[in-house]
Amino acid sequence: MEALYCYHCGLPVLPASSWSVHIAGAERAMCCPGCEAVAQTIVDNGLSDYYVTREGFSPTGDQDALVPAELRLYDAPEVLEQFAEKDAQDAGVCEATFLVDGIRCAACVWLIERRLAGVQGVQAMNLNVATERLHVRWRKDGCKPSDILKAVREVGYTAYPFDAVRHGEQLQRAGKKLFRQVFIAGLSMMQVMMYAVPVYMATDGTMDVDMEGLMRWASLLLTLPAVLYSGLPFFQGAWSNLKSRALGMDVPVALGIAAAFIGSTVATITGKGDVYFDSVTMFIFLLLCSRYLELVARRKAASALEKLQYALPASAARMPGFPDDRSTETVPAAQLCEGDMVLVKPGEAIAADCVIVEGSTAIDLSLLTGESRPQRKESGDALPGGAVNASQAIVVRVTKIARESTLSTLVKLIERAGQGKPQISLWADKVAAWFVAALLVFAVVIFGVWHWIDPSRAWPIAIAVLVVSCPCALSLATPSALAAATDRLVRQGVLAVQPHVLETLYRTTHVIFDKTGTLTLGKPVVRNVAAFGQADAMSCVKAGAALEASSAHPLAQAIVNAARHPQGGDVVATDIEHTAGQGLEGCIDGVRYRLGSAAFVAGIVRREAPAAPPSGFTPVYLGTSDGWLARFDLADKIRADAKAVVEYFQAHGKKVILLSGDQDAVTQRVASELGIETAHGAFLPDQKLEFVQRLQLDGAVVAMIGDGINDAVVLRAADVSFAMGGGAALAQTHADTVLLSGRLSSVVDAYEAASQTMSVIRQNLAWATLYNIVAIPAAAVGVLNPWLSGIGMSLSSAVVVINALRLRRVPRAPAAVTREQGVFESQAA
Amino acid sequence: MEALYLLIPMSIVIVFIAIWVFFRASDSGQFDDLVGPGMRILQDDDRPETSDSSVNTSSELDKKN
Repeated sequence: MEALYCYHCGLPVLPASSWSVHIAGAERAMCCPGCEAVAQTIVDNGLSDYYVTREGFSPTGDQDALVPAELRLYDAPEVLEQFAEKDAQDAGVCEATFLVDGIRCAACVWLIERRLAGVQGVQAMNLNVATERLHVRWRKDGCKPSDILKAVREVGYTAYPFDAVRHGEQLQRAGKKLFRQVFIAGLSMMQVMMYAVPVYMATDGTMDVDMEGLMRWASLLLTLPAVLYSGLPFFQGAWSNLKSRALGMDVPVALGIAAAFIGSTVATITGKGDVYFDSVTMFIFLLLCSRYLELVARRKAASALEKLQYALPASAARMPGFPDDRSTETVPAAQLCEGDMVLVKPGEAIAADCVIVEGSTAIDLSLLTGESRPQRKESGDALPGGAVNASQAIVVRVTKIARESTLSTLVKLIERAGQGKPQISLWADKVAAWFVAALLVFAVVIFGVWHWIDPSRAWPIAIAVLVVSCPCALSLATPSALAAATDRLVRQGVLAVQPHVLETLYRTTHVIFDKTGTLTLGKPVVRNVAAFGQADAMSCVKAGAALEASSAHPLAQAIVNAARHPQGGDVVATDIEHTAGQGLEGCIDGVRYRLGSAAFVAGIVRREAPAAPPSGFTPVYLGTSDGWLARFDLADKIRADAKAVVEYFQAHGKKVILLSGDQDAVTQRVASELGIETAHGAFLPDQKLEFVQRLQLDGAVVAMIGDGINDAVVLRAADVSFAMGGGAALAQTHADTVLLSGRLSSVVDAYEAASQTMSVIRQNLAWATLYNIVAIPAAAVGVLNPWLSGIGMSLSSAVVVINALRLRRVPRAPAAVTREQGVFESQAA
Repeated sequence: MEALYLLIPMSIVIVFIAIWVFFRASDSGQFDDLVGPGMRILQDDDRPETSDSSVNTSSELDKKN
């Protein structure tokens, strides 16, 4: 069989598929309707030249991404206000900056710009390739923001509104300033060198004293901008270090620059002694270069996080007809007004400050206050925006407009990702501080010793010692490696929220998987409904769906989905009460129902349970006090990459364990299929927690991978935890790492990144140590002069940063895996 | 060699002029995107331009970035 690949995105085309587009005189096969639509749009707009000049395959045209309904949220005036600016002269004209994903080559730029030029109402646009930002100006009456976003998506790219005012500007200004400082330092270095070389070259007596004086004065004048403008970051850094009574790496650098510059100035004015203007400028230039490199690396890391932050405006489920009508509509959180009724499902964040109107629940405030235990809230209690609803669906009345609360949650999460420093980094900082202190003392001693041996060499040698030492490499070694690794992980769809993730993951001895939604797809489907009593199967499904309507648990979604197929009268359940790991209870037409495990439902039925389903299915029972009503048999598919992931960790000497709240038989079946030796089913959250803690007592370092609300406690207890991206928001905020890609193999990516990062950090630290051990004594005995020291120190920093930047490269993943998984998902859905 | 007494001060003045020119260029956004302009000249439309020419993709917005 001949393998066929999609002409648009390069994925293999399944034999049965028949999608194709006529491009450049031939029918080209497409892998999916998404790619077909994208390619057709490109051809219809007269842009097929794109396929001639592009340098690689295009991003897959994901069907869902084509026309998502959420795009319309951006058209709301309140949201528009947040990201777009009105033109000063013409009120009908708007300007906004968008972030565009997936730009790879010239053809991408051309394609996006041409496509946008065809959108009615767009007046001007400019795509900045370096920053991936698209600036658009459009007439409000001509088109809406969603039209622009849709146009970009139609040709296969994703764009988000980008709030330039709030975030980008500051970063950009810092980068721009540093670039200017590097440029000025470079210019001044080159000129000063031109005056220095003749003086070095001239043999005694061939250059008259006046000429040498003129050269010196010229050098002094040209060094001024380098010291006063380009050297500012070092002086500011040293000053803030001294103010906070800490010895950072800027202190010896600033001292070295100041000493060399003042010494040379004095020599120039008095006409006696040596000048080191060339060393000063070169030192500043090289150091700034390594700083610029570091800033670029760090900004790359930050940009990936930024994109997440602006992915979509937080939305809320408003209930306009409450309490008569319980239907909800999705609105942007910014549009919520005082008095709006909003349904908050378990695991969802609360969009705005509000008061509970119906239901009672536990609220998790840990993001806002740091209080880790969920707090019980009853009807009438006030809730702060940004808190997370931990246990049951509630209806709330908004008391204050949203704006700050939800946003601040997101911002906090992302800031937390960047703020904290892992242990190893803190350790390096501490060492660097001692190192600097020792160095200063050493420089003074060396100065004294040389003053005694040869006074004319004391000054340059002391400067050389100050300059050559590289605590920068020491304190750059870890943060630059971590920043580069974090950035790569975000691009691979792994968001590390806690700073210690990479470090701890590397040390992990036990890897614990949850089953549902982690090793399996988490999208179980109802395969069979066994009705036991008076009611027919369909009405049982409907009753179950009504009970589960507001639950985020995957089993609940399956029942809700099963009820959706044929239309029928809507059944409404009230007073729904969750019992973690067991099931839920609620009222339909005045009758109390229980839905969940056999033991839980038996609590209300008080009769012998009906026959269990064939093994391998997950049964969910429905019953009232009158008797058993039905058994829903659910089955879940194992993820395509699960076996590979389990085998990977086993091959790397980790103990793989499966813990599940699901029935033991089902758990054992999954475990044996995947080759996991230790598996425990029917574990309640408390038991899982106890299990993890017992392992930890024995000295194990536990990595936990899970999803779902029930796992939150265990995820927090594990040394390092992962939450699948599809899981409830609560699990995400408690986990150290969020797998945004929704692929299990991302855990392997994370582990690989972790071990690579640790080896890069070790290399960097070893290099920094070796360098300092060799270079400082060399400078102290007078082998290195100041400008050689400058080069040595800058090279050492550059080696560390460049070594760290290697981590940014994403290893190529075989496209077939993603594709295969896509097929499995569509089968399961 | 006397010419050097004139040339060296002149070179200093020229360096400062270069610094001034660089600052102006940097302020006007010359160095913000060093990749894109090179890509844009590579491609042509494969359909002749229609009458609608109100759109420009040029440098009008460069300052904004």
